Amino acid sequence: MTNITDLGVAAIREGVADGTFTAREVAEAFNANVAAACALNAFIVTTPDKALEAADKVDADRAAGKALGSMAGVPIGMKDLFATHGVQTTAASHILEGFIPQYESTVSSNLWAAGAGMLGKLNLDQFAMGSSNETSYFGNVISPWRRAGGSNTQMSPGGSSGGSAAAVSARLAPAATGTDTGGSIRQPAAFAGITGIKPTYGRCSRWGVVAFASSLDQAGPMAHDVRDCAIMLGAMAGFDPKDSTSLDMPVPDWEAGLNSDLKGKKVGIPREYRMDGTDPEILKSWDDGIAWLRDAGAEVVDISLPHTKYALPAYYIIAPAEASSNLARYDGVRYGLRDLPEGAGLQDMYAATRADGFGDEVKRRILIGTYVLSAGFYDAYYTQAQKIRTLVAQDFDNAWEHCDVILAPTTPTASFGLGEKTDDPLAMYLNDVFAVPASLAGLPAMSVPCGVNSEGLPLGLQLIGKAFDEQGVLNAGLAIEERAQFTTKPEKWW
Amino acid sequence: MSVDKQTVAKIASLARIQMDDAELERMVPELNNILSWVEQLGEVDCSGVEPMTAVIANTLRLREDAVNADPLTGGNRRDAILANAPAPEHGFFGVPKVIE
Repeated sequence: MTNITDLGVAAIREGVADGTFTAREVAEAFNANVAAACALNAFIVTTPDKALEAADKVDADRAAGKALGSMAGVPIGMKDLFATHGVQTTAASHILEGFIPQYESTVSSNLWAAGAGMLGKLNLDQFAMGSSNETSYFGNVISPWRRAGGSNTQMSPGGSSGGSAAAVSARLAPAATGTDTGGSIRQPAAFAGITGIKPTYGRCSRWGVVAFASSLDQAGPMAHDVRDCAIMLGAMAGFDPKDSTSLDMPVPDWEAGLNSDLKGKKVGIPREYRMDGTDPEILKSWDDGIAWLRDAGAEVVDISLPHTKYALPAYYIIAPAEASSNLARYDGVRYGLRDLPEGAGLQDMYAATRADGFGDEVKRRILIGTYVLSAGFYDAYYTQAQKIRTLVAQDFDNAWEHCDVILAPTTPTASFGLGEKTDDPLAMYLNDVFAVPASLAGLPAMSVPCGVNSEGLPLGLQLIGKAFDEQGVLNAGLAIEERAQFTTKPEKWW
Repeated sequence: MSVDKQTVAKIASLARIQMDDAELERMVPELNNILSWVEQLGEVDCSGVEPMTAVIANTLRLREDAVNADPLTGGNRRDAILANAPAPEHGFFGVPKVIE
C-alpha cells in the first residue's frame, strides 16, 4: 500500500474522492509526521485537531453525497503570516507572540472552503524578512536536506517561507501556503527541491496577511509538483473587495489548462542573468532547462533585461520603506507585546516595546526604510528607486515583444549551511538577485526543481510570465518537470 | 551618503525603537554597507521616467456608502477589537498617562 504522506494534493484528493482512504486517515498520517519532526522546527504551532475536524467534515460530506471542493481532504501547512481565527499568528516575531486573530485571512478562508484542513502554523523569517529562515524569534528552521557524504551541517531551507519549504519537502504536509515579496516562495522552493508559484500581483487577497511591503506581497502555493500548485493556487486566488489591489477578474481553471506542449511558444533567455560569480552548476542547470524547453517544442530566443542589476538595490529601498510604514502599527497599544518600563510615558513605551519585540533584521530594515523616506533623502533614494522599478517593469514589457515566458535560474547558489551567511546582511540579500525583478514588476513566477548539485542539494529553475499568464508559467514549468524527472528526496535523519 | 552614530540615533528615535550605544555603534557600519550599495542606483539616467505608482494597472473601487456594508470589517465589534489589547480598560485601549 502506498504511503499516504508520499502523495501530493491531486493524489490525495482523488484517493479521498474514490474512497481509497478517508480524509481522516490522511490527516492522521500527516499529523503523525508533523509530531515526529520537531527537529526541523518547521512549525510554530501545530493544530492536529483542526486537521481532523476538516477531514471529518469532508468524510461526512462524501458520505452524504455532497459535492467536494478542489482541496477536499488535503491537510496543509499555513505560513504563520496568515491570520487564522483563534490560532496564534506571530509572523515569527516576539512582538506578535500570543496574538490570537479574531478573524480569518481571505486566502486561508478560501482554502478551508475548498475542503483543505490545517496541520499548523509554519515558521518563517521574522515578518518575512530574510532568505535563510534564521531571523525567526522561534528559532531557525532546519532543512531536511543535507550535503552528500554523511555531512551533518544544518542546512538552510531558504526564506522567508522556510517552514513551508521544509514541511513539504520532508512530507509533513502535501502542500503549504507561502508568501513572496522578493523571492520568499521561489528561493525556499528551490532550496528544498519543491515547486512554488507566486501569481500576478493582486491574484491572491492580502487581507489578513501580515503586511511586509504591500506593493510587492503576494501569496502562493508550495507543493510537490506543478499540477498541485495549479490546483491550490486556484483555491487561494480570487477577487476580494477587502483588498484594494485585488484583481477583479475571473480565476482561470489552471489545472484544466495544463499543457506541456510548447509548440509555437517562445522562451526568452535573459543575458543579464548570466552574472559573474554564479555557481557553474547553476549555469549548467539553466542550460539543461533550455534544452528541455526546446525539446517541448518551444523556440528559444536571447533577450535583454538591461536594468536587472539595479533591481535588487531598488528593492532594498522600496521594501524597507514600505515595511517601516507597515510596521509602525506595532506600538504596544492595540495588540501584541507591551513593554512598559517603570514610570515610562507613552513614547518610551513605544520605543521599549519595539526594541524588545523586533529582531535585528527587522530593526535594520525599519531603520533603512525610515532613513530613505526622511526629509531630504526621499527623492534621492525612494523616488529614484521607484523610477528604477518602472524601468525594470518596462524591460519585461519590451521582452514580451520577443517571447512568451522567460527561463532563468531561481537562485545564484544551492542551499547553504545555517550561520554561513549571517555575518553579512548584503551577502544574504544577494540570494534573491534572480527573484526580485519579477517581484518589482508584479509578474507571475515559479520555481521548479531540476536536479541536484554535486553536493546532493536541490536546484531550481525559474519561469517568469506575462501579467495574468499564470497558465503560461505553469505549462512551461510542467514541460521542465516532465523532463527533469526530479524524484530525489531528502534522506530522513529527523 | 553615509550615516554616523548621531544620524542612526535620530532615525531610531523617529522609528520609535530604543537603542543603546552598543547597538547604535553596531548599526552604523551595517547601514552604511547597505546605503553605499544602493548608491549605484544614481548611475541610472532616470530623466523622463515616472516613478512607479501601481505595479499592475488597477482602478480604485468605492464601496457602497452604507454602515456595516461588510459585516467582517463593519462596526459593533468592540470585544473582538479589544481581545488582543495588552491593557484594555472600560472598553478602550489603555495607555500610560499622557497628561501631567
